[in-house]
Amino acid sequence: MSDKAEVWQGTLALMILKTIEAMGPLHGYGIARRIEQTSGNLLTLNYGTIYPALLKLEQEGAIDSEWGASENNRKAKFYRLTRAGKKQLEKEARSWEQATTILARFFAPTEDLA
Amino acid sequence: MKLLRCWMLRVAGLFRKNRQDREFAAELESHLQMHTEDNLRNGMGPEQARREAMLQLGGLESTREAYRERGSVPWIEHLVQDVRFTLRQWRKSPGFAFTAVLILSLGICASVSIFGFVDAALIKPLPYQDTARLVGVFESIPLFSNSNLSYLDYVDWKKLNKSFTSLDVYSGRALLLKTPTGTEAPVSAVVSAGFFRTLGVKPILGRDFNPGEDSAGAAPVVMLSYAAWQKRYGGRSDVIGQTMTINGATTTIVGVLPRAFHFAPVDSAELWKTVDPTGQCESRRSCHSLFGVARLKDGVTLHAALADVTLIAKQLESQYPDSNRGQGADVSPLTDVIVGDVRPILLVLLGGSGLLLLIACVNVVSLLLVRSEGRKREIAVRSALGASAARLARQFLAEGLVMAGMGGLLGIAAAHWAMRLLTMLIPEGMLSGMPYLQDLGLNARVISAAGIIALLAAGLFCAIPAWRSASDLREGMAEGGRASAGTAWRRLGSRLVVVELTTAVVLLAGAGLLGRSLYRLLHVDLGIVPEHLAITNIAAPMTKYKTDELTVALGRRVTERIASLPGVQAASIASMGIPLGGNGNTTWVRFVGRPFNGEHNEVPFREVSSGYFNTLHAKLLRGRYFTDAEDSTKPPVTVVNQAFAKRYFPGEDPIGKRYGNIQLEPKSITEIVGVVEDIREGPLDQEIVPAIYTPFNQNPEQYFTVVARTSQAEQTVLPALAEAIHGIDSELVTGYQTTMMDRIRQSPSAYMHRTSAWLVGGFAALALLLGVVGLYGVIAYSVGQRTREIGVRMALGAERRSVYQMILKEAGRLIAIGVLAGLVCSVAVAQLMSKLLFGIRSWDAPTLLAVAGLLALAALLASYVPARRAASINPMEALRTE
Repeated sequence: MSDKAEVWQGTLALMILKTIEAMGPLHGYGIARRIEQTSGNLLTLNYGTIYPALLKLEQEGAIDSEWGASENNRKAKFYRLTRAGKKQLEKEARSWEQATTILARFFAPTEDLA
Repeated sequence: MKLLRCWMLRVAGLFRKNRQDREFAAELESHLQMHTEDNLRNGMGPEQARREAMLQLGGLESTREAYRERGSVPWIEHLVQDVRFTLRQWRKSPGFAFTAVLILSLGICASVSIFGFVDAALIKPLPYQDTARLVGVFESIPLFSNSNLSYLDYVDWKKLNKSFTSLDVYSGRALLLKTPTGTEAPVSAVVSAGFFRTLGVKPILGRDFNPGEDSAGAAPVVMLSYAAWQKRYGGRSDVIGQTMTINGATTTIVGVLPRAFHFAPVDSAELWKTVDPTGQCESRRSCHSLFGVARLKDGVTLHAALADVTLIAKQLESQYPDSNRGQGADVSPLTDVIVGDVRPILLVLLGGSGLLLLIACVNVVSLLLVRSEGRKREIAVRSALGASAARLARQFLAEGLVMAGMGGLLGIAAAHWAMRLLTMLIPEGMLSGMPYLQDLGLNARVISAAGIIALLAAGLFCAIPAWRSASDLREGMAEGGRASAGTAWRRLGSRLVVVELTTAVVLLAGAGLLGRSLYRLLHVDLGIVPEHLAITNIAAPMTKYKTDELTVALGRRVTERIASLPGVQAASIASMGIPLGGNGNTTWVRFVGRPFNGEHNEVPFREVSSGYFNTLHAKLLRGRYFTDAEDSTKPPVTVVNQAFAKRYFPGEDPIGKRYGNIQLEPKSITEIVGVVEDIREGPLDQEIVPAIYTPFNQNPEQYFTVVARTSQAEQTVLPALAEAIHGIDSELVTGYQTTMMDRIRQSPSAYMHRTSAWLVGGFAALALLLGVVGLYGVIAYSVGQRTREIGVRMALGAERRSVYQMILKEAGRLIAIGVLAGLVCSVAVAQLMSKLLFGIRSWDAPTLLAVAGLLALAALLASYVPARRAASINPMEALRTE
């Protein structure tokens, strides 16, 4: 349990967007489960934190929501990526990749240290 | 963009909170059910499945809380809660809330309405282009600094100056306008053709005067003010090209001026005509009838321009010594020319209202302090229950905001009415001379000033109680801490009271000085008996009364006719203006038989009919008045005033002495036949200058004033006066019907003094009330705090008298400090407004003593009440209360 990582500040939104993009319209519970699974159960996630994050994304216009029926025919609120959301995701994914690449270079064994 | 959208949605969330909550509850419930089902499927028991789901959610309540915070703006919500709490609290003590809001709104109302006037007159830009580069250009003579230019001087100045991109002239004139119903004399002006271009004003209809339309022989053209266009032509656009008959000449309307345009020096002129260089006055270099306005060239300072025109004036002086001897030059910013008179009074009033606002705020702060004292326990309990200092401070913030908000709104609303009321109190004649007040009111600047005042007040109101409460939070719970906290408060409260008393003294002293100035002014010796004098101006068409003989005959007819009216004892005529109007017409005199080295003895003169002095009840000191028979066929005669006799004939009898014009032309030689006691010809507050009176019959004018001495209320004969004049000739135009008493009361100087005296007096009365109430509060509170101490003293044998003494001594100390500080400040403040004082010095001892006495008396009375209560404390009860 103790070697599970907390969700880093600011990355939850990106995870949510990516998850919705991958899975299509999805409810909050589904998103939370999916994030956990994707991380290979390495992340501890208070499912509750997903909702303010969803609300924020919705306020920003990255996603919108609609009530619908779940796979078990329960009423649930489904979140869907908007066009603006797609753009935002692309942008953030790129900058995230860039950031990780840069960081990775710092931690990679230095070969050309001659 | 995205951020803005978020904020808008969040603010919107404030208003749909319930729906948002319900929807989220449903979403959470569906989340929990789905999770529970999954858990059941994974083999948990129903209880455990639900519990695990909750656990993983991270707590139902905190999730809701986090969601809510994101969904709206929490601090606004808290503020709303705090405001609600404040209002609930106020409902419990309505007296406090009512008093505090009332006091504050009073202060705000006073300062905002005065600021409204200041804004309209001094802050709002004048409706010209780049007003800062515009200057008024004048000639200057020892008698008046801003005196008029003669037309020929203007032409030379215009040609020779190197400082102005343009120089133009204007002058208020009475133009006779023929209308279907008769002849009228609307307020009008003559200007040179470039006048509006210099100001940077463009007509909204038609065209501006073309260059050259002010030259000799040009076809007469006129421009209309917006008001005249609306009034006389119903705002029709086909007026351009139409003609009107002005002074008997067919004149073409070429343009209409913008609505916002005004030019105070010529009041609210309706007709704007080009100046006629061939006019009787304009063709003489020594006849000064115009004022200049110019636009400075880039980089030229006022100072440089003044030096430039002074040089030109010098040049003209040597070139035309007869007419230009002693004629200097003067240049001042146009804004000074337009609003110069009202600036000092407005600034004094602004200062007064500011002081009142200060006192009001201090008073509200003391009220808040007393209350926070009462709420100390409540606050201590709340803080013990976990309210953070910030949370408590927010509570004070809310209270301050509500207080300032309500006070501000009420104050602004009241100011709206106050401004209207104050404008209605300005006499119409003066109001038309202040056209910049035409859109006085709550504009953006005034409202934001009110907002800033309210915000500052709010800041003050929350800062002080918050600061106080922080210092005695701990003491609040402990009964024993009470004494020390009380002392601390008393010290602060005392200081506030001293501030209030000081301010009240300053305002009272100001009001006292202004009031005494007004009294002096209204009772200044006029040299005439002003009661029962009715006045009417008459303008006779020059086309009909072409010759002096005709005009003299008209004057005689008017005098006879008016004198025979019932209720009229005597009547006479004089050239326009009569006493208090300032006889602006001046002439140069050179005495026969005295050495002459070219000096200009400039004296104002007035042409009057033979009965003039008797009608006014002036006092003849020596010699005689002239007779009706002394007309142009007889040798010229004159009556001089006492000042003239003293200045030019010290220790001599002036009777029989003669003077003439600069060249001593034979026909100008005039004999002095009488000396009359000084009559106040100019404004009430100005020195009397040497002046001469010549027979109307020897130099008649088509514009003149008839004065009637009545045996009944003078107001009632005015209609009969006009009727009689029209009965003589229906083409005569009457105007400016008034009485001498009204003239005195409504003369600009009296009006200025009265307004400032009354307003500052009103501020002072309120300040006195507030200050005394503040003092009462402090002393009463102190007595309340010391009940036990007093009980102990009395139980130990202190007499009631010594208790009285103790309390009154405490009050007396505050009063003494307040009064002394106030007196010192008053003298300093009075120095600042010495311009507004008349016949009184700024350190006028009787006024200051009276003010000190009044304040001390009122303050002692206010502290007597609590002192009495202290002295009547029953020691047994006082001790038992603990």
